[in-house]
Parts: sequence; structure tokens; C-alpha cells
Amino acid sequence: MIKIRINGQEQSWDGDPDLPLLWFLRDEAGLTGTKFGCGQALCGACTVIVDKEAVRACITSINDVAGREVTTIEGLHPTGDHPVQKAWRQVNVPQCGFCQAGQIMQAAALLMENPKPSHEQIREAMAGNICRCGCYQRIENAVHLASTGV
Amino acid sequence: MNFIDNPRKLRGFEKHIKVEKVSRRSILKGLGVTGGFVLAAPVMTRQAFAYETGAGKMPHGVVVDPRVFVAVAPDGIVTILAHRSEMGTGVRTSLPLIVAEEMEADWSRVKVEQAHGDEVKFGNQDTDGSRSTRHYLIPMRQIGASARIMLEQAAAKRWGVPAAEVKAVNHEVVHSASGRKLGYGELAADAAKQSVPSIEGLKLKDPKDFRYLTKGRIGIVDLHDITTGKARYGADIRLPGMKYAVIARPPVTGGTLVSFDPDAALKVPGVEKVMKVRGWPWPSKFQPLGGVAVIARNTGAAIKGRDALKLTWDDGANAKYDSVAYRKELEDASRKPGLVVRQEGDADAALKSADKVIVGEYYIPHLAHVSMEPPVAVADVKDDKAEIWAPVQSPGGTREDVAKTLGIPEQNVTVNVTLLGGGFGRKSKCDFALEAALLSKELGTPVKVQWTREDDVQHDFLHTVSAERIEAGLDKNGKVIAWRHRSVAPSIASTFAADTVHQAPFELGMGLVDMPFEIANISCENPEAAAHTRIGWFRSVSNIPRAFAVQSMVGEIAHATGRDQKETLLALIGSPRIVKPAVKDLWNYGEPYDSYPIDTARLRKVVELVAEKGEWGRQVPKGHGLGIAVHRSFVSYIATIVEVAVDDKGKLTVPRVDTAIDCGTYVNPERIASQIEGAAIMGLGLAKYGEITFKDGKVEQKNFDDFQVLRMDEAPLITNVHIVPPGPDTPPSGVGEPGVPPFAPALMNAIFAATGKRIRALPIGKQLEA
Repeated sequence: MIKIRINGQEQSWDGDPDLPLLWFLRDEAGLTGTKFGCGQALCGACTVIVDKEAVRACITSINDVAGREVTTIEGLHPTGDHPVQKAWRQVNVPQCGFCQAGQIMQAAALLMENPKPSHEQIREAMAGNICRCGCYQRIENAVHLASTGV
Repeated sequence: MNFIDNPRKLRGFEKHIKVEKVSRRSILKGLGVTGGFVLAAPVMTRQAFAYETGAGKMPHGVVVDPRVFVAVAPDGIVTILAHRSEMGTGVRTSLPLIVAEEMEADWSRVKVEQAHGDEVKFGNQDTDGSRSTRHYLIPMRQIGASARIMLEQAAAKRWGVPAAEVKAVNHEVVHSASGRKLGYGELAADAAKQSVPSIEGLKLKDPKDFRYLTKGRIGIVDLHDITTGKARYGADIRLPGMKYAVIARPPVTGGTLVSFDPDAALKVPGVEKVMKVRGWPWPSKFQPLGGVAVIARNTGAAIKGRDALKLTWDDGANAKYDSVAYRKELEDASRKPGLVVRQEGDADAALKSADKVIVGEYYIPHLAHVSMEPPVAVADVKDDKAEIWAPVQSPGGTREDVAKTLGIPEQNVTVNVTLLGGGFGRKSKCDFALEAALLSKELGTPVKVQWTREDDVQHDFLHTVSAERIEAGLDKNGKVIAWRHRSVAPSIASTFAADTVHQAPFELGMGLVDMPFEIANISCENPEAAAHTRIGWFRSVSNIPRAFAVQSMVGEIAHATGRDQKETLLALIGSPRIVKPAVKDLWNYGEPYDSYPIDTARLRKVVELVAEKGEWGRQVPKGHGLGIAVHRSFVSYIATIVEVAVDDKGKLTVPRVDTAIDCGTYVNPERIASQIEGAAIMGLGLAKYGEITFKDGKVEQKNFDDFQVLRMDEAPLITNVHIVPPGPDTPPSGVGEPGVPPFAPALMNAIFAATGKRIRALPIGKQLEA
């Protein structure tokens, strides 16, 4: 039996310990905010925060996060008003929106580590998160806005 | 107007009445507006609007009926149906916003509901071809205005005053003479009893009174849900008892399953079943490819189970498809005469007598859509009824195809449209929904079919692959007197009919037979090309290769004549004029030519605007270059200037992009900007990396590591969008697609300016490193 904390709640799993965290979150725990984009840690759509670090849930097995604290987009802020979320709305970032949960989690992790990133640092830190609609200019602006106060 | 003359529309009209009598959409139940007669066909007069659109010619045409699209609840909440699919363009916000504007609804008290797939009821729902605003601006305004008038009439009756004395203002009707007011909620029940006003003579708002339209102040309706993970895409649907499936499909288009061994897969924890999926012989429109499905308790187990399958395939007739060899075939074909699809003057003779002939051979490979949400669908089939939840661009078409595939009546199929995690044309093809329907029928439980990224890349309906060859003949003054363009590419029609070797009129009409340059002798040819995989619509479609070739050639002519790119371009466009169509029945994106002609004044205008705003001719640092391109597509006019920087190792960056767009009358400039920003990013990505190749009939790429798209660290630093203010009654035109085509040629012209290297084959790849 594997025990993990997801968004502050304890969850347990007695199935395949190699199951990627992504599919546990989406299919077993019903937390569908974390998205499947590639399955190979190439696109960042499945980004969650484990303890204080952004990780790709698609290549992280549930066993790897046993006993750790996982935060998904649903748990980032109780009312959805994390500075990154607010900045996203202020800048009207999303087009289709599918990658945005991953983008937001990556940005939130970046700001925990580096509260005042330069534009260069933002572009570098966010380069693992693909947006096919092409919202990069706005994502960059939103992360900058979140870092300077929304 | 052609709406009521159109036989397809009339069939829809009759059916519409019938359906309306027996059932209503459940969300309208219990709300204020119910019952009453139904007005299905918009009756517009020429006096009312200065233009017509091709909306009525789409399958099932247009339905203009406030009772179908609008409901007012007693608490004042106005519900407006969005009947087009949201894939990132903002249409789920823009169309309801048009209704709200005309009905004087307060947007903060408007709820948007997604319509299910029912074209008899809602009119055409194919969300493609950059058509939504262009076909629905006027109908949505009429729907809103009709609803507003019904509310005003209800208030006037209650007060016993003439309707002319009352006025709807911001979610209430006021009688200013007596100072009385009634909210929309209070009027809902009475308003429902009013007859729907005739659309003829319906007075619409003066645009100067718009509160929402053209202002760009309204965020998309799903913004909060998207940022909090609550927005529901196709993949997010969960039903009680639902099974999770992934499918192993034939690796070569048209291949078939010979045998499979499920034993190892069945040993994977969580895997419950392995079963065959019915496939259709190629080509079969959007029918499934067939293969073997692994059914599991979660997607992860299903994927692991599929990895353990032992499969033997017969690769079939396309087993030798090889992109290196095929490119040579296309290029060889482009060097020989082919089917003449356009002829003006005598290009042959003029090329022979020309002082100088410039030849450009351009190659644009297959491209994959790779929307961030791979194809996915949930189906629940019980007896002769089917319910589907899927991110589809074609809810009506999906309903038809599910019914046909299962052999059940269309009215027994419900297609629920989720948000689409990107579409770009891929999700106009509902094969993934058909797979889910087939599996659910066999299993007797709800099923979600999830495509992996590898499935998506390897079994896409790809953008075609083309060789474009242009010969431009110049007289001794450098004036272009002859133009021959041979365009060779497998057609989308090959996905519908075997033995297709020529492009369809809708493909020829994307930058070939409609090419607007003022040249005396023009010949366009379409040599034969057979398809060996599934070809489909990809954002901007054939405009990508055509704009690439034509606008690159403009840059080549500028260089050959020692003239400025922009001046060369304007000289080729020629005088401001309405171009006489060069071919009979020019496709023209399905629009009537009178309303949407090729207008070179507008084409010139976007060139001039982008040159002014984008500071054409500005000094740029060493290693930088500016390039310009213009293209009319989806009846919009777009010009782009790209500034590129290429370092001494051949590494390319884009410091700045400027794009000018004339899309006629528009709704939401903020979303237009986001589409154009995105088009620059997609355009740069496909130019740098975009290429799907085949070897032994199989796609060689699998995921984002070998089919790369643009990432943030490579994105243009600045993209400026300049929107041409529309003239009065300028018809609305496309936005979602037209931004892409001019980007790549503008980039190539910029690279040439920066480095002297002319890139004629996409993607750029390592060409600048050589």
C-alpha cells in the first residue's frame, strides 16, 4: 500500500507501484486538471509540484512520490487566486487552455525558487512546457506580472 | 439572399420544425423562454445588409431563432448557446457575446452553454475554415435583437404602453416617460409568449453604441476554469463504470492485422481485456484504422498492456512509401507539364521571349497537427442508443458518422462537445469517436479511447506534402511578364476517394488559381500526385505551400532586379482593383464573390500598414534581416514582416514580428491578436522544424523530441498585431487560419536579407549551419 498526500489529503494505492502518477491522479483520484500531452516528459502538460519542485507526472511513478506531498492545479490555491493564476487571467493568456495547468504549475514552482526571475530566466524555465496555440509571449508576460505583484 | 432558395436549407427547415415539436433541449427546460413558433430561416433583405455570406450553403445552413439559442431564467440569468466548438479561437465567447450585445444583456449575468451536435436544430456546426464569425456575425446579431424585442414587447404590454416607448438597456427594459423598469428575469415568462419578430426589417444596433463588440475587453468565458484546472476537455470526462482503452493501429496506412498474442498484455496489472477493433479499407473518409484495443482500469495500465502486445501486420499497398523517393517524384512531376488549371495570356511564349527567367523550386513536407490534447473520446453505447463526449470540430458530422458506423438512427446519437485542447483541423475527423463507439458497443460499458502522442503523430490526417515550382519571366526593365506555377501535392480528396491524383477546387483555390498578381501571362498547373497516407486539413491548408512559394519568389525577384522587397511586392500586386476571377467557379472559400472579391486595394493596404507600423526599411544590426510577405486566405488579407537574427553558427532567432490583418468587421480584437501571435509561433515552429517523413510506409517521428514544435525560449521576442479598421458593412472574414501562411516566406526573405542564403525547402533544420 502506497500512501501519498495530494493537495493536503492522504490517498492510498495498492495497485501497480510503477503506475505513472499522472494516471493515478487523472483516472484513479479523479483530478483531471493535470493533463496528458506526451507521456515522455517532453511537453510539461502534466506538471505538478512534489514538495517544492516541479515534476512531470507522466514519468514519475506513484512509488516515487510515496510519503511526499503532491500539489496539482486543483490544490494550488483554495479559490484559484494564486498570483500566477491571477496574472494568467489578467493577461488573458490561454487560447485552447489545455497546456495551461502545466504552465501555471511550472511558473508557480519557478517563483518559489526565484521570486524575481528575469525575462531570460522565465523563458528558460518555461521552455519545457509546450503550447501549440502559441501563447508564449503572454505566458512570459504573466509570469513577469506574477513576480512583480498582480 | 440564397438562404431560402437553398434546397439543403429547406430540408433542414422542415426537419427543424418537426424536431422542435417533439422535444426541446434539456437545458432550456424550466427557464423562462419556452414554446412558441420557430423561425428557422433568416429572411434578410439586401437593404438590411450590404453583403451575403456562404453560410446558407453549408450543410444544414443557418438557424436564426432566439428560442433555440437564448433562454432567460426568472432570476435574470441569460443562457446563450454556443453551437461552434471551442479549440482556442475564443468562438465560445465571441458568438454568445454578439447575441448579448444585441439583446442588451449584461455579460456578467450571461451563462454560456455548449450545444450538442444537432445541425437540424442549430444549423451548421463545422468549426473549421475560419468561418464562425464570418458566417454568424449577422445571424447572432439577429438572434439577440429578436430576443431584445420580445422582452421589450412583454414590458410594453404589462405597462399598457406602445412598444415604441420602451427600450431595453443593460438587462432591463425601461419606460423613460414614467420612469418604470423591469428586469429581464421579471419579463422572462411574458417574453416567451411574444411572437418572434420577423427578421426582415429587424433593427440592429448602431455600431457606435456597441458595449462589447469590437472593444476587446471581455476575457474568454472559460478563463477562470482553465486557470484552476476545472475546464473539461475530452480527456476529462469520467463516467461510472467507464473503462480505459488504448489501441494499437496498423503502422502503415491501409495495413491490416494478421494476428496478435494478448497473453503478456493480459498479465499487466489493471489490464482487463484485449480485443480487435474493426478497421475500414483505405481510403474510408474518417473511419477507424482498426487494430487491437487494450481495455484497462486506467490509461496507464492500458498503455503498459499495449506495449506488451505481440502484433503481426500486413502493411498493404503503402508499404513502400518513402519520403525521400516521394519528394523526388513530386519534384520531377513539377518539372513537366501537368493539368492546366488556370491560363491567362500565353505564359509559354512569354517565358520564351523573356529577358530573364527566374526559377524557384520549393518543397514543403508533411506536417502533423499535434494539438496539445491528443485525440480522445468517451462513448456510452447501449442497445440502439449512443452517447459520445468528445473534443470534435464537427459535432454534426460526428453524429452522422457514429450513427452510420453503428447502424442506428441519427436521432439516437447524442454528441456532447467538450472543450478542445487544440484542433487545427485534426479534430474535424472523428475517427477517435468512432473507435470509442465501436468498443463501447462491444463491451456494453462506457469507454474512453485515449490516443497517446505517438498514436497522434503516427496516425494523423497529415498536412499534404508539396513541390511548388515557379518560373517568372522578366522583361528587360525587370517587369514580370510571365508566371508559371506548378503545384504538385496529394489531395485531401484522396482520403475520401481512391485514385485521386489531382487537387480539388478548394485546394487549387488556396493561393494558386486565385493568386492576385497583375501579370499578363499566367499559367497554373497541377501535375498528378497519388497519396500514400491519410491527408487532411491542417490549419491554413494549401495556403501554407502556396504562400511559401509565391512570396519567396517575390523575394527572389526583388533580389534579381536589385529592388526593395516591399516595392517589388506592390508592383506585382499591381493597381488597386477587384480582380476578375481567373477561373470559372472560383472556390473563394465558399463565399459569394460579390461580397468577398479579391480586392487588391485591401491587399496593398495591409502591405502598406505593416510596412509603416513595422518600420520597414529600418536599420537592423549586422546578422539581422527583414523580410515581408502578404497573402489573402479565408477571404482575409494578412501581411507580415519578420526580423531575423542569424549568428555565425547559423542559430536563428526572431527579435520582432509585425503583422497587419484586414479581417473586415470584427468582434473581439483581443482574440484576433492572440490568434496572430499564435500563428507567428506556429509559423516559426513549422519553418524551423516541421516535418513528418515516411520510411517503409511508416511515419518516422513519434513524439515532441523528433517532431519538434516551437518552445518558449525560441519564440519571437515581440509580435505586434495591427488590425485594419473595417469600413462600414465590410463583411467579416477569417482570423484563425490566415495568420500562418505569410510567416514562413517572410522569414525566408528575412534570412536571405540577413545571410544571402535562400532556403527553398522546409524545414530549415540545419540548412543555415552549412
